[in-house]
Amino acid sequence: MTQGALERTHEPVNWLAAVPEYQGILSWLTSVDHKQLGILYIMSAFGFLVIGAFLGLTIRLQLMFPMAHVVSQDQYNQIFTMHGTTMIFFVGMPLLFGFAVYLTPLMIGARDMAFPRLNAFGYWVYIFGATMLFFSFLAGGGPAAGWFAYPPLSEKGYLFNSGQNYWALSLFVTGIGSVATGINLIVTILTMRAPGMTLKRVPLFVWMILMDGFLVVFSLPALNAALVMILFDRILNTKFFDATMGGSPLLWQHFFWFFGHPEVYILILPGWGAISEVIPVFSRKLLFGAGIMAASTVAITFLSFGVWVHHMFTTGLGFAPLYIFAVTSLLIAVPTGIKIWSWLATMWGGKLRFTVSMLHAMAFLIQFTIGGLSGVGFAVIPLDWQLTDSYFVVAHFHYVLVGGMLFSLISGVYYWYPKATGRLMSETLGLWQFWLFVIGFNGTFFVMHILGILGMPRRVWTYPLGMPGWAELNFFSSCCSFILVGSILLFIYNVIWSFYHGKIAGPNPWNAWTLEWLADSPPIAENFERVPVVRSRRPLWDLQFGSGGDGEDNHA
Amino acid sequence: MHNQASATVPVHPLDTNLKIDRNILGMMFFIGSESIFFLLLILAYVNFHKQYGTGAMAAWHLDVMRTGLFSIALLSSSFTLWLAEKAHAKQSGLAIFWMLVTIALGTTFIAGQGIEYAGLIRENLTISRDMFGSTFFTLTGFHGFHVIVGLILLSVALWVMARHKQHDITEAGLTCVSMYWHFVDAVWIAVFSVVYLWRFVQ
Repeated sequence: MTQGALERTHEPVNWLAAVPEYQGILSWLTSVDHKQLGILYIMSAFGFLVIGAFLGLTIRLQLMFPMAHVVSQDQYNQIFTMHGTTMIFFVGMPLLFGFAVYLTPLMIGARDMAFPRLNAFGYWVYIFGATMLFFSFLAGGGPAAGWFAYPPLSEKGYLFNSGQNYWALSLFVTGIGSVATGINLIVTILTMRAPGMTLKRVPLFVWMILMDGFLVVFSLPALNAALVMILFDRILNTKFFDATMGGSPLLWQHFFWFFGHPEVYILILPGWGAISEVIPVFSRKLLFGAGIMAASTVAITFLSFGVWVHHMFTTGLGFAPLYIFAVTSLLIAVPTGIKIWSWLATMWGGKLRFTVSMLHAMAFLIQFTIGGLSGVGFAVIPLDWQLTDSYFVVAHFHYVLVGGMLFSLISGVYYWYPKATGRLMSETLGLWQFWLFVIGFNGTFFVMHILGILGMPRRVWTYPLGMPGWAELNFFSSCCSFILVGSILLFIYNVIWSFYHGKIAGPNPWNAWTLEWLADSPPIAENFERVPVVRSRRPLWDLQFGSGGDGEDNHA
Repeated sequence: MHNQASATVPVHPLDTNLKIDRNILGMMFFIGSESIFFLLLILAYVNFHKQYGTGAMAAWHLDVMRTGLFSIALLSSSFTLWLAEKAHAKQSGLAIFWMLVTIALGTTFIAGQGIEYAGLIRENLTISRDMFGSTFFTLTGFHGFHVIVGLILLSVALWVMARHKQHDITEAGLTCVSMYWHFVDAVWIAVFSVVYLWRFVQ
């Protein structure tokens, strides 16, 4: 039966543009196919990444010299608010959903998602929400209260144009779509695995996506509840966050961060999943401690709901909550540390292949560790009091989200691009892009650690002459940000160039062993010609070398 | 559709998937997600009224007896929906009757909420008046909105049952609708206890 899965009854198409089912723009606009929707998600995310990157570049231009006036104060507020909101909700979330809905059914040997139409709903709701938010620029100005929109600043009394209303409505709508996709992913993984694919045998990526689904389903409603209240405050004159009428701005912070902290794990988990596939394949070794990796992911999922107050250490909550949440925040570093060691142990003694994908994964390991260490520093309360709301925080979360999430998912793009399109990405362009990315990213954001320690606050429009080191460091950071944006544009050029000129990949260009590499590249509309039967964590090895070749997990 | 297919396709001996209809499983997670949403709205209500000790005072504004009667209508609709499901499983014509009763009871509850809102607004107690108005109308309003969604779902289910003899609503489909309805009921028990019965605990 397992041998049968290798037989093909038709010639593979070899190129996405030639797949008969995907011809014509209408087949994409009306699609409920998880592969098309996954590609749409990822393409849209990269579209918004370019927009978000240029917003970021404008911030860096404004801060390049002291007392500069590139944009006005009000425009500056709108720009950094839209930069953050775009990057989190319209780049990060759709990028991870794109990977999740594209890969999950292929990795577990399913035909499609559990609810294909709900899948399409999630995507189009996201496009609708994102369009609505950018429409606010035409309707009298964008939101300007930062991506976490603390009241009272986000209240009507301070920001009276409609941008903030669009912000709340847009995220509410997008949030509903995200919950739908989260449910879809959980149900797919729990009910549609191929015969023999026990939860112990699913790839680590699928474990990460399963936990991601739980995080989305149980944390997004907290944001939605908070958004409803701020929207009612602004439109219906309720008093939820109006301290003069008995409301509580602090409540917003609680609700927002009850969502916000799981959200950062929502963003990073799929990246971890991608790394957990990339590093073993390019080390020619099995993932070290796969069971512990899955268990630590579960631990992080639970712990992430219990650390939100470390975003609020300076709000005067009293010492008991401070100590409790300092401890939980230190605790969550433990399962994260386990992961770093597992990836390192996987590489140790392996036969490393330095493809562009692997290089991104290795850069991820270093940069994410830096971001993790600066992050766990915030659990130390006196350090938090000193550094909160400074550029140190900006440096920290860019190390986690760009150095962590974006590097790992771009590593994933290089790794799975041949599967999705049938062609390999250019390694030459990729090497240029990788080094520019590393230099641009670290150059832009590493100095921000120092700026933060030197006392530069976040979100300032400009700064005076003569502050120690500020002008030099800001100038250096701004110069490097051009390299960073250039590398992102080069990456997108590589994606487009390789689509037409890349080498034909074949089903398994990397000699990997998870189930998605059994399908054609690009996979046929039904994914697999017949349902594969799985007997270990390495189904493709079983097909090549006979069942149970690894002598582990073999219950059949 | 899914569960009809799974009834005919034999389960593979190595299949380790959860043996539960995927629609029902999806509904469970949806309800879990909605629970967090309502939990936070209720927490907001409790937070504000505990902080200023106004919870019991707020409840004095409300007609507990009248809303209690309408609540009985809503809670008994869960029971009649259960009867409808039982009848449907036995392919009895009574299913349609019990569905109609369920919808009627749900509509009664919404009508009661409308009467209550109209009375409060006549007293100039609106959503924008003070903390009580804000929290009360947001919390009960979102619950009422969910009841209306539930009524639409029940009506669609009833329409499918009544019109499509050949393609009757699947058992899983009806179960999903009823899970949602029971959830909306359960939320009301929590909301009613917190908002209306607060004055009796002090």
